[in-house]
Amino acid sequence: MSKAKDVLLDPIFNKNPIGLQILGICSALAVTSKLETVLVMCLAVIFVLAGSNVSVSLIRRQVPDSIRIIVEITIIATLVIIVDQFLKAFAFGVSKQLSVFVGLIITNCIVLGRAEAFAMKNSPGMSLLDGIGNGLGYSVVLLLVGFFRELLGAGKLLGFTILPSTNDGGWYLPNGLMLLPPSAFFIIGLLIWALRSWKTEQVEEEN
Amino acid sequence: MKALRNLLDKLHPHFAKGGRFEKLYPLFEAADSFAYTPGEVTDGAPHVRDAIDLKRVMITVVIALIPCFFMAMWNTGFQANSMLQASGGSVEGWRGALLGMLGFAGDPNSFADNLLHGAVWFVPIYLVTNLVGGLWEALFSIVRGHEINEGFLVTGSLFPLICPPTLPLWQAALGISFGIIIGKEIFGGTGKNFLNPALTGRAFLFFAYPAQISGGNSVWIAADGATGATALGRAAEGGVQAVTGMYSWFDAFLGTIPGSMGETSTLACLFGAAILVLTGIGSWRIMLSCLLGAFSLSALFLLVDSSSNPMFALGPHWHLVLGGFAFGLVFMTTDPVSGAMTEEGQWLYGLLIGAMCILIRVVNPAYPEGIMLAILFGNVFAPLIDQLVLKYHIKRRLRHVEG
Repeated sequence: MSKAKDVLLDPIFNKNPIGLQILGICSALAVTSKLETVLVMCLAVIFVLAGSNVSVSLIRRQVPDSIRIIVEITIIATLVIIVDQFLKAFAFGVSKQLSVFVGLIITNCIVLGRAEAFAMKNSPGMSLLDGIGNGLGYSVVLLLVGFFRELLGAGKLLGFTILPSTNDGGWYLPNGLMLLPPSAFFIIGLLIWALRSWKTEQVEEEN
Repeated sequence: MKALRNLLDKLHPHFAKGGRFEKLYPLFEAADSFAYTPGEVTDGAPHVRDAIDLKRVMITVVIALIPCFFMAMWNTGFQANSMLQASGGSVEGWRGALLGMLGFAGDPNSFADNLLHGAVWFVPIYLVTNLVGGLWEALFSIVRGHEINEGFLVTGSLFPLICPPTLPLWQAALGISFGIIIGKEIFGGTGKNFLNPALTGRAFLFFAYPAQISGGNSVWIAADGATGATALGRAAEGGVQAVTGMYSWFDAFLGTIPGSMGETSTLACLFGAAILVLTGIGSWRIMLSCLLGAFSLSALFLLVDSSSNPMFALGPHWHLVLGGFAFGLVFMTTDPVSGAMTEEGQWLYGLLIGAMCILIRVVNPAYPEGIMLAILFGNVFAPLIDQLVLKYHIKRRLRHVEG
């Protein structure tokens, strides 16, 4: 039981896919200017990760080694298309804001990385937990980045005004840098700094 | 003076290892070496005998900046006084009250009035910059057990000089914090910053609060409601006629035009350049090659000419005296930490920055000024340039060994 718990919870802080492995950075820069798009993106990635991990794990003994990447990508792409079509049908506004970045989940290194590193070697149940766990780890970082970017960049959270901005007669002067993708780099960098100060075993050795 | 030395010596055991305030040693060390030369001597071979140390290098840069400080205050006051005289307005708020007490008449022809009026805008930004930046510097030094370095005095002097006079003080504080922490401390502090911290802070403000640091025409002159575009801003809109209609080349050379506080006067920068080159602290190679890069590219643009882009017609003699080009060239490209180290590398680095600055000014319609981004760009490339130069040297010498 404790192993299952580790598989699920370790990726959140101890082996965070963004914080420790520095994977999946592109989408962390692209979709985080608003918390709303972040939430949808996180759910989409958790779904794809969990789905691809379980599917790959189920057929891991049947797939020849030489074509396994093709099979994994096919599975991932199928899941991403399902998510994309679903969003277009039921959340068209968000789907438009996310634009190509839903489709680009296919190329998110975390998804293929977990399929290769975990699902190919473990049972479907464990793979499901691993997929959800890594999705949560990704989500934690994205939510934090989105939180700071929307709050400081627009004075809002999920569209609700928190700091009334000067444009609407308030006192808060929105920080324009926060709306530009590079700000996500700074925030992720600072988050990694904080994470590694807290869990010092994640600090890489100097060579 | 003897009393101060005795006092410092008496306090020393408290801050030394095992003392009560061991953790605060960097603060003590800073106070001691600010007043006296550092007491340590090198105790391991090899020895290099040289009168110059890091402390003296940094102080020389600050001395070279004095003409710019002076022009920053005088010109800020001159611009504001001229504007107020024309509009019949008066200085508002606490600045007005303070100036009133000092017998200020607001005459743009009076040397003292200009200097005073400029000082009430410049000094607050300077103080906030050094107070906030100094606090971060001290905090990081204490946590890491480093010495507090005079290098901060340079950053703290450069940063206010490249800000517009009307910059809100909280933005100055935020900008310098970003510059010191992200531009310098997270990479390991003094000597390890690959970007110029003052420029990093300004770039942060440039992207975060464009309205206050480069927004339109209202930030460059410190008088309420006054508008005055920088000369480069005018050129971007109306071409060279828009500049010559307003200012002569000599105005731009002397620095009696609106702009960031310390950057307008090419003459003041030339004084600084002379000090830096004569003392060997600033690299003349970088200065010369940066000048060459800017000169040749802007001359090329002048020759090519374009009917749709008025900036093409702004000749090299204008580019060199407008905006922050001279200031950036003298004081920022030559930063020994963030610039290129190798001799050949310095030529390349300077050319790159000079050409890039003109490229941004002329071809990019969004930014009338390009020197800040060009220098940061050069900073990023400097280690790569050095690496290539070193590789080339190693390869060339290996041939002799093998041959």
